[in-house]
Amino acid sequence: MTFVSQRFESLRSRGKCALIPFITAGDPDLDTTAEALKVLDRSGADFIELGVPYSDPLADGPVIQAAATRALQQGTRLDQVLEMVEAVRPQLHSPLILFTYYNPILNRGIKPFLQQISQVGIQGLVVPDLPLEEASNLLQLASEVGIEVTLLVAPTSSEERIKAIAQQSQGFIYLVSTTGVTGMRSQVEDRVQYLLSALRQTTDKPIGVGFGISQPQQARQVMNWGADAVIVGSAFVKRLAEGTPAQGLSAIAEFCRTLKASLVME
Amino acid sequence: MTLDQSVIISPDTLGRFGQFGGKYVPETLMPALSELEAALQKYRLDPSFQQELNGLLRDYVGRPTPLYFAERLTAHYAQADGSGPQIYLKREDLNHTGAHKINNALAQVLLAQRMGKRRIIAETGAGQHGVATATVCARFGLNCVIYMGVQDMERQALNVFRMRLMGAEVRPVEAGSGTLKDATSEAIRDWVTNVETTHYILGSVAGPHPYPVMVRDFHAVIGQETRAQALEKWGGLPDILLACVGGGSNAMGLFHEFVEEPTVRLIGVEAAGEGVDSTKHAATLTRGRVGVLHGAMSYLLQDQDGQVVEAHSISAGLDYPGVGPEHSYLKDLGRAEYYSVTDEQAVVAFQQTAQLEGIIPALETAHAIAFLETLCPQLNGNPRIVINCSGRGDKDVHTVAKVLDPQ
Repeated sequence: MTFVSQRFESLRSRGKCALIPFITAGDPDLDTTAEALKVLDRSGADFIELGVPYSDPLADGPVIQAAATRALQQGTRLDQVLEMVEAVRPQLHSPLILFTYYNPILNRGIKPFLQQISQVGIQGLVVPDLPLEEASNLLQLASEVGIEVTLLVAPTSSEERIKAIAQQSQGFIYLVSTTGVTGMRSQVEDRVQYLLSALRQTTDKPIGVGFGISQPQQARQVMNWGADAVIVGSAFVKRLAEGTPAQGLSAIAEFCRTLKASLVME
Repeated sequence: MTLDQSVIISPDTLGRFGQFGGKYVPETLMPALSELEAALQKYRLDPSFQQELNGLLRDYVGRPTPLYFAERLTAHYAQADGSGPQIYLKREDLNHTGAHKINNALAQVLLAQRMGKRRIIAETGAGQHGVATATVCARFGLNCVIYMGVQDMERQALNVFRMRLMGAEVRPVEAGSGTLKDATSEAIRDWVTNVETTHYILGSVAGPHPYPVMVRDFHAVIGQETRAQALEKWGGLPDILLACVGGGSNAMGLFHEFVEEPTVRLIGVEAAGEGVDSTKHAATLTRGRVGVLHGAMSYLLQDQDGQVVEAHSISAGLDYPGVGPEHSYLKDLGRAEYYSVTDEQAVVAFQQTAQLEGIIPALETAHAIAFLETLCPQLNGNPRIVINCSGRGDKDVHTVAKVLDPQ
């Protein structure tokens, strides 16, 4: 099984900026999620971030909030999400990164949770409400089972914090592009460029930029500023939810290919 | 009435009371929490801050609030031989805006001003914290946005009007059950987005560190006054303190001064809604399991998957699936006791207090008063009970009227 960091190394050696689409598990249903994972995998995704629906998604904007609410109304359970991943995993090339809030992890027990997600074939973990100060236990237990836990850096993070987070983050560093929640925005803030270079000075780990990126030209801009990966969430979740599941799947396939094409270096 | 003696139980740097508390928030907010901690450290002992706060608490809020001997309530619970508990009410309902909430809102707004934040946001359930925040923002000319669940806006329409009258923008929150939990989540999202210009006046002893400690300390004046008034009235300490617990701010405000007085019993009363064995209650400490919500580890109402479940209470201010981390700590230590009271029992106490004392308590407060029915028959002699009369009930008459006459 490929670690997140290993895949980044191989992409970097080929001079490529990675595309990481995000979708919410169980919206509109888990069968569609399984199909979506396969579709994204063959439409240019280098990694796929899979969101576990949560009742109180503090870091998410309206699109992903609504998707989580629909998924929970469908009765989506964590065990079903993991069963689905296990079933579809052999057909995917992209490493899978699970995005979940902390309470579902805590509720299951940190160690059993990590063992279980590792067993079904997940490589990475992002926990948006777990800052560095609260993450030490998770980071340590995760490295024991071979899960890479990626920490987030925000525009408000001080240089000191950026350094400490970069040092502890596994797989890559998730740079939040904006002060705010997830969701589509018309432009990427200029300070992302500054943050990227500040991060670059403290670490040679890969840097993924996310929150607010929804258009090919934004993805390209972030790549040109030096990102190793571009993470796009709400724009995928929204497309997948529109119309029938078949229409949603074909919309995200096309969108994924378009984004991928924008990330080809000239 | 100073804050300097108020930290008896001091949490560590991450704000932990034992395993409870902490800072489970997106990275974006971490620097803002540090900034708030630093400001608190700097100003809490600063004489000019103290002077301004104490002056406003006296002349604007109306402190000190009386410790009132509830004679007819006492007579009602007297034993056949004439013995029985002596019942006192700490009259936080007499504060400006009608509840204890303004102690904290006022102090936080003074802090925000010193931090250079001109935009204020807050969440509200019953609307009392929203009204208190809108009030102090009007007083200081600050931009104010209040997040309130749509269900709460309906049952607390009077408070919505009051907030708007004072120039606050009330933003309806439709997510989830449209109550306090959802309003809090939305306020946190706003703060994540506007953190560089905005101060979030969280209204309970909940949320990430330093909020639980800060809000407690800003309400500790309730207990400090109670101690002085008890000494003056009967030359001793109260025997039992009784307060309702949603997030738990009025209870912590009363308890804090007495946590290290082993003879004083501390009793918190949660909302049992339609009963703790039903699915419709808000008895977090009674029925919850340890989890993380809104930035803190504490007891939490959650399902098997760790999804937060919707709470229920007739009282909007207690309708919350979490609870302040220090209450979880006091419960596990065995220092405080927590019980629960149903909607129905609270409505009976609401009417009884109106009829016996001419005081209409908030429905939240009515939960604490209702527990007298259970507590009093268990007591011997003449123990002195102080109930935190945390708010007035004008805002609830519509809700109670609907219960009493469903047509």
